[in-house]
Amino acid sequence: MHMIESGNVAAATGVKLARANVIAAYPITPQTPLTEKLSEFVAAGELAAEYIPVESEHSAMAVCIAASSAGARAFTATSANGLLYMNEQLHWAAGARLPIVMCVANRGIGAPWTVWNDHQDTISQRDGGWIQIYANDHQQIIDSVIKAFYLAQTVSIPVMVCYDGYILSHTYMPFEKPDQDQVDAFLPPFTPENMLDPDRPYNFNTVTLPDVRPDIHGQTAPGYMEIRHCLHQDMRGSIQVLEEIDKKFQAAFGRGGHPFVEPYKCEDADHVVVCMGSLSYHFRDVIDLLSQEGLKIGVMGVQLYRPFPEKAIVEALYQKKSIMVFEKALSYGNQGALYADIKSALYPCENRPEMKNFILGLGGREIKTSILVETVRNAVKHTAASDDHPMWVGLKCQE
Amino acid sequence: MNQKTSILNLTEDEWVNPGNRACAGCGLGIVYRTALKALGKNTILVVPPSCLTVLQGLYPIAATKLPCLNVVFASTGAAATGVRAAMRARKKDGVNVVAFAGDGGTGDIGIQALSGACERGDDILYICYDNEAYMNTGVQRSGTTPQGVVTTTTPIHGKSQVKKDIPAIVAAHHIPYLATASAAYPLDLYDKVKKAITKKGPKYIHVHTPCPSGWGFEPSQTVKIGKLAVKTGLFALYEMEDGDFKLTGPSLSALSKPRTPVKSYFDAQQRFASLDEEAIAQLQHQVDQTWAGYMG
Repeated sequence: MHMIESGNVAAATGVKLARANVIAAYPITPQTPLTEKLSEFVAAGELAAEYIPVESEHSAMAVCIAASSAGARAFTATSANGLLYMNEQLHWAAGARLPIVMCVANRGIGAPWTVWNDHQDTISQRDGGWIQIYANDHQQIIDSVIKAFYLAQTVSIPVMVCYDGYILSHTYMPFEKPDQDQVDAFLPPFTPENMLDPDRPYNFNTVTLPDVRPDIHGQTAPGYMEIRHCLHQDMRGSIQVLEEIDKKFQAAFGRGGHPFVEPYKCEDADHVVVCMGSLSYHFRDVIDLLSQEGLKIGVMGVQLYRPFPEKAIVEALYQKKSIMVFEKALSYGNQGALYADIKSALYPCENRPEMKNFILGLGGREIKTSILVETVRNAVKHTAASDDHPMWVGLKCQE
Repeated sequence: MNQKTSILNLTEDEWVNPGNRACAGCGLGIVYRTALKALGKNTILVVPPSCLTVLQGLYPIAATKLPCLNVVFASTGAAATGVRAAMRARKKDGVNVVAFAGDGGTGDIGIQALSGACERGDDILYICYDNEAYMNTGVQRSGTTPQGVVTTTTPIHGKSQVKKDIPAIVAAHHIPYLATASAAYPLDLYDKVKKAITKKGPKYIHVHTPCPSGWGFEPSQTVKIGKLAVKTGLFALYEMEDGDFKLTGPSLSALSKPRTPVKSYFDAQQRFASLDEEAIAQLQHQVDQTWAGYMG
């Protein structure tokens, strides 16, 4: 069915189609309309789920962790400081291997307060063991949410579906809403091997020693380090699992085919802009304009950020003259996280491209197409001057 | 329902294995064993970091024969909500969802999640075992440490503030059942747990739990110390059913007979060593006033 709705409603619709049955959330801008919509679905009897209006984001993730441990398909959503308030719970959910799905409507972090978009919230959570998918438009939001539930329960790792606050969360765009029957056929039910069950009592997440230890049958049980190694291995393995799920999704719904990165005019390009989220679609206008000037240039959106799909990234970038990474977040005192990851991925290649890092759009600073055109045009002219320090785009006064 | 279980008809079922990692004379050992006897098989436990985490043992061996979810410190009430939500979503009736947390995990770092669960009316039983300090981390003060107690973070002079009244805070949520109990009166605790699980909605039981290593008394004296706390009136045993307050068991009978002076309780433990005669007299006065209120 064709719909014209906000990104938040696209997300809520995906959650409903995936039949999440425990939803917990706390209001925070710009995520709130998503969970308002879900509470409406539940109250109207359109979604058979427990909607828990918790008293904090910390508790929202606590409810999801416990519900998922007890065999429910759990969902929450948040933004910015709400995500940071969950921090220890995010690590816990990943360590406990729970297939929770969470939407994050990306927003800048205080202080000072900002409610507008950048990526600092989710980028700051990249090392916690969650899979991170960045959607570029409303269609990708709804499709990613459905695929996220499949991926999460297949690899027993929680998944964050990230999309730009306001730019996507509050704007209206057309998208296809999959039929419930089709989603039911695509997404298998959640039937975990182990869950909280009085008939099969397990003690979950007990204190675990630095070394391995025999269980009561004399079998060697893993220590903390083996358990964490397993999480890492399964994170790496989830790259292939996502590819398979994306293929199934494409066969069922006719959309997809680029689960890791989404290149635009990159094949013959000398120069490639790399970024995440809606900015990668915004950049297509910039690429079109610069192509008309004769520049061989493309843009590549990174959709799967954790685990990092190095192979797909190297394949797309290794023969290019220059790479320009535009980011709405950075590791303060160093550089953009995506830039560092891409540099690291390209390090083993011969003839490494020149690389530049640009920081822009923090706290919702408007990103004008004209400024992007000018920035890229200048950057391409000065390919030799590789500069590790990120360049800030659009600063207006000396602070 | 006011069941009076005796040692003769107490179930022989055990849900905590012997040889667990509790300290010698641990009051929680009594509380946990007794509460789990009352709860029985169809129970899911939620436990934050606390002495109970230690008692339950190290992976892959656990002392508890019931399913248990270990959760982060501040999240116990919300995690219990989550288990219940999953039970409803999966249409599993008849399962007791029981949070088991220490006093710091309940009244300090965990109070927000507990308040949220109580306000939402979630169908859970929350048992707080109150050993009156952060014992698991080595006896630091908590909000529920009594006035005058020396801990590793209230050295030399003892804690200057009064004990936070967590049951009163929980009672302000108007939940259907609230009780206090003591490790020294396990059958009273057993009956209160039994009664709690017959009620729908949030239930709260606050259990006074003596700690030999943290309070400074011999492991053989746990029950004696616990009884002294009740007999001196420093810890009152009561129930609130749908808001109706009534003293229970030994605290009810204490209304009609003289209470033991608080000094005998303080003298039996090293943690009150900093109290002088004047401070003891003041604390005795406070207890007398509280009890005048009960009698009034």
